[in-house]
Amino acid sequence: MPHDHPDHFHHEGVSPSGHPYRDDNDGPLTYWQRMEIAVRELLIEKGQMTPVEIAAQIEAMDSRSPTNGAAVVARAWANPAFRVRLLENASEASREMGFDIGPLNLIAVQNTAQTHNLIVCTLCSCYPRNLLGLPPDWYKTREYRSRAVCEPRAVLREFGLDLPATTTVRVHDSTADMRYIVLPLRPAGSEGMTEAELAALVTRDSMIGTGLPRQP
Amino acid sequence: MSDWNGRRWHDMGGQAAGPVPMEGHDFALWEKRVDALMVVCGKKGLFTVDGLRRALEDMGEDAFERYSYYERWIAAVNQNLIEAGVYSLEELATRMNEIAARGPTYAEAQRNG
Amino acid sequence: MAERVRVRAITPPGHVRAPWYLRGKTGMIERPLGEFHNPEQLAYGLPAAKKRLYRVRFSMAEIWGEAAENVTDTLDAEIYEHWLEPEDTHAP
Repeated sequence: MPHDHPDHFHHEGVSPSGHPYRDDNDGPLTYWQRMEIAVRELLIEKGQMTPVEIAAQIEAMDSRSPTNGAAVVARAWANPAFRVRLLENASEASREMGFDIGPLNLIAVQNTAQTHNLIVCTLCSCYPRNLLGLPPDWYKTREYRSRAVCEPRAVLREFGLDLPATTTVRVHDSTADMRYIVLPLRPAGSEGMTEAELAALVTRDSMIGTGLPRQP
Repeated sequence: MSDWNGRRWHDMGGQAAGPVPMEGHDFALWEKRVDALMVVCGKKGLFTVDGLRRALEDMGEDAFERYSYYERWIAAVNQNLIEAGVYSLEELATRMNEIAARGPTYAEAQRNG
Repeated sequence: MAERVRVRAITPPGHVRAPWYLRGKTGMIERPLGEFHNPEQLAYGLPAAKKRLYRVRFSMAEIWGEAAENVTDTLDAEIYEHWLEPEDTHAP
């Protein structure tokens, strides 16, 4: 009786996106949640910001996702002139496509047949969030931050990517004002695909370097 | 006597660590609000993301291990706003008590919640 | 700025963006990135001077020695000018 369980995902504790709901969504009010409410109310009462500005920022962040980056990558695959512009200035190329990336300083690093790029932030959790949305949880962990710079190949194997010794790995530690996106290698067999079809091949992890695009 | 090499806890690159945990979660509304407060505070010039990071680092490794990402963020946002004189510790503490009295869950503790 | 640079091996106790594992290591400037306000002042709410920022490329062998997974692999990081010195400066 599958139709008897419209609330199936909730019962499983898993959201439609496949991630578990955080258990504090409906739990007892915590100290830190009280602090968030208090800080927000005081900022509004002191005239520092309005509820509309806060809601607009949440909406802006919610509208950003790996889909945006996938569209940029797909255009670079399909359009050689755009690819040149992306590698010269990834911020301007992203804006050219209409993405509101705010003050993001973005550098695109391209994978080749001989080179694989990987992005990390060892000091905190810098991520091209104004293009790709908020980072996955693993990107912010001690394990990823510690190991990606000294044993990137072992880390990539944990993500299912076993690179041959003949491939050069280039790790990029986002230590200051730049953010990075990997321009993955266009998959073989994708010739003749439209930009939209190409974009569907581009995964979030392929733009961080912990994965490859889907095969057509 | 105790000596120290000067390496700060958050500076993790190259340290030994276990397998990368792959599980993730969808962000709760209160977490999205913390993120938005940080960004809007930055746009208003109240403090910078560098100030956020400095406060996070100064909270120490125990906080990193014990509290979630956005729990640490709201603490760091608050630290910077206190330092900037936007409100006082007494105002904050009084308000947090009022909020606790509104109801037992996050939704019920909103003003007009 | 020289093409080959060394990250200064200093250990200030506050907010800095030059990672520990690169201090004292030598690399090549990959590209200049322009000038940015110094995060070491911004972090404390201070007026911040602009500093030149460089993307520096290190070989994994330089950073990790024999422990490197693959000697031809590289690591790029952004380092501010006041954390860089010419390679020929005598190492401390």
